[in-house]
Amino acid sequence: MAANSKHVVDFGHIKSTMSDPYKKPVQLIDENGKIVNKELFDRFSDDDLVNLMEKMVWERALHEQTMNFSRQGRLGFYAPTYGEEASEMGIAHAMKKQDYLFPAYRDLPQLIQHGATVKEGYLWSKGHYQCYDYVRRGVRAWIPQIIIGAQYVQMAGAALGIKKNGEKDTVAYAFTGDGGTSQGDFYEGINFASSFQAPAVFFVQNNGWAISVPRKTQTAAETLAQKGVASGVPGVQVDGMDILATYLVAKDARDFAVAGNGPVLVETLTYRFGAHSSAGDDPSRYRTKEEEKPWFDKDPLIRLRKVLTDKKLWDQDKEDKLVAQYKDEFKQAMKDAEAAPKQKVSDFLKHTFEVPTPDVAADIEKFQAKESK
Amino acid sequence: MAKLTYIKAITDGLDQVLQEDPKTLIFGEDVGKNGGVFRTTQGLQDKFGTDRVFDTPLAESGILGLSIGLALTGWRPIPEIQFMGFTMEAVDSIGGQMSRNRFRMSGDVSMPITIRTPFGGGTHTAELHGDSLENMFVGIPGLRVVTPANPYDAKGMVISAVENNDPVLFMENLKLYRSMKDEVPEGHYTVPLDKAKVAREGSDITIVAYSAEVNEALKVADKLEKENISVEVIDLRSLSPIDTATIFASIDKTHKVVIAQEAQKMAGVGAQVASAIAENDIMSLDAPIGRVAAPDSIFPFAMAENDWLPNADDIEAKVREILNY
Repeated sequence: MAANSKHVVDFGHIKSTMSDPYKKPVQLIDENGKIVNKELFDRFSDDDLVNLMEKMVWERALHEQTMNFSRQGRLGFYAPTYGEEASEMGIAHAMKKQDYLFPAYRDLPQLIQHGATVKEGYLWSKGHYQCYDYVRRGVRAWIPQIIIGAQYVQMAGAALGIKKNGEKDTVAYAFTGDGGTSQGDFYEGINFASSFQAPAVFFVQNNGWAISVPRKTQTAAETLAQKGVASGVPGVQVDGMDILATYLVAKDARDFAVAGNGPVLVETLTYRFGAHSSAGDDPSRYRTKEEEKPWFDKDPLIRLRKVLTDKKLWDQDKEDKLVAQYKDEFKQAMKDAEAAPKQKVSDFLKHTFEVPTPDVAADIEKFQAKESK
Repeated sequence: MAKLTYIKAITDGLDQVLQEDPKTLIFGEDVGKNGGVFRTTQGLQDKFGTDRVFDTPLAESGILGLSIGLALTGWRPIPEIQFMGFTMEAVDSIGGQMSRNRFRMSGDVSMPITIRTPFGGGTHTAELHGDSLENMFVGIPGLRVVTPANPYDAKGMVISAVENNDPVLFMENLKLYRSMKDEVPEGHYTVPLDKAKVAREGSDITIVAYSAEVNEALKVADKLEKENISVEVIDLRSLSPIDTATIFASIDKTHKVVIAQEAQKMAGVGAQVASAIAENDIMSLDAPIGRVAAPDSIFPFAMAENDWLPNADDIEAKVREILNY
């Protein structure tokens, strides 16, 4: 990709002056599909644009098919990603294989882009130990964190580990949402990484809602990006419905961190189109159609689809075929997930400690006897 | 062999593991240049450098979260939490995260983290410095909780803890830091993490204790010996898991038991020992199980500490009560 001649965001300047650019969200294409920054837009080749569109279509299809499985009762906990495709895929596109990823529960799409499989995502949702096979395969990604904030402090440790191991061109990423920025661990993670000047990029995907609690209740701070400032970490906002802007900012953030400049905080402005989770959350209880409408108009697929269609790089037929192909793959992944072997409690017990304690050993025997019946 | 204090024995053990394994790291609040507020890590930064022994920002959850990330990238962290009361800030990292990772990864990921933390009453510290919080932690599967009662065990157990591939909460007793000396071998030796020790052999009654209460129990044993009462003292050393085999062997011989702890009585270690005896070896006893523990109240204001903490007199009274049952 040609997009490396000049940086979009001058993180060094923000860091040294703690000035205000973090308040001006970076944008390349607006919600009507109008190119608002031609110079930056021209950095993308046609292939790049198509590739990014395909990734968003993939994530949207994954969401739709996964919701279907969820309604059929074939999954456990699932956090919908509908609306956040530009934010998630823009960031994922900037990651390199050697980077460490510390996701939260809404980040399965990035996790899969980084090397996990859809089948593993489904096993995670259903609750099966093989969901973490990607770690065994050497994919540098940790678990989709449930305790929000924990991924931030752990990622600071991995970033310090990268630095101590002397690994070049490697960075650690952590994800959270707007609600996550209220956790003490959010600040501790950023501050530790900053104190050690470790190669860390922290993402806040601000989708407006933490279940039913709106962004404005989380903090009176004007932006979430500015939360980095207090710990000496440059923060920036990006239009998280614009995949081109998100990608460029994520790439700049990575470049800045791997160059030894310390961590970066990126806030993507996006929206949770759907419910918090597939388990009975009903957004109509706490937000209005009037609030949702302008965000649906900002749908990240609409604007890039328009740009690509205008450039004759995309048409509905191509998209329909892709969606059908992806959904077939997800159906197969679900079949594979459903064929996972029955789990044994005795195996879980074996992995409580490296060497089972006498009490655990007695329980292993007890369960093995039950399991052999 | 040199005679070392409990605290110097721990420093010696840390020095040993830092020498032997280049992946070991010591970090926490004030552990670097200052050598820890009690000087447990004294001299280690000078000897091993700031890459291996370093100060962190003041945040316990950050310190233990950092430990997890470092362990995932191949390091063997030895974080210090300055006082056990401060572990309250880091309960998720311990119970929600590091202790679950081996299970999550079906045995393919280890968390070789040794959390050192001082605790224990009797030194008139500020609030939340002296609390015995082991009862909170022993219920966490995947976490070892250990505490040595003398300098020899302190060095051997801290080496074992660091070499262990599971997270270990290593509790260091504040009152013991400089109040006792032992012959401590130079160089490398280990003391098992999951074996209780018969601290004194006896035949009439067993006292099960750990940490500072072991010494209180030994005082009682000395005193009662003059009355021809033979007291066996068992030092648990490991609070999770608990070495019940050593306890059962003792009560099969003495048929009487008193369990002494400095922590509050509710649930926890003493209750678990009593439950294990009741479940597996009750017929060996010819008297009720005796318990000595702090009352189920908040750890007291410092000036009243000695009135609240269980001591040798309390243990002696309970031992006599059980003997005369």
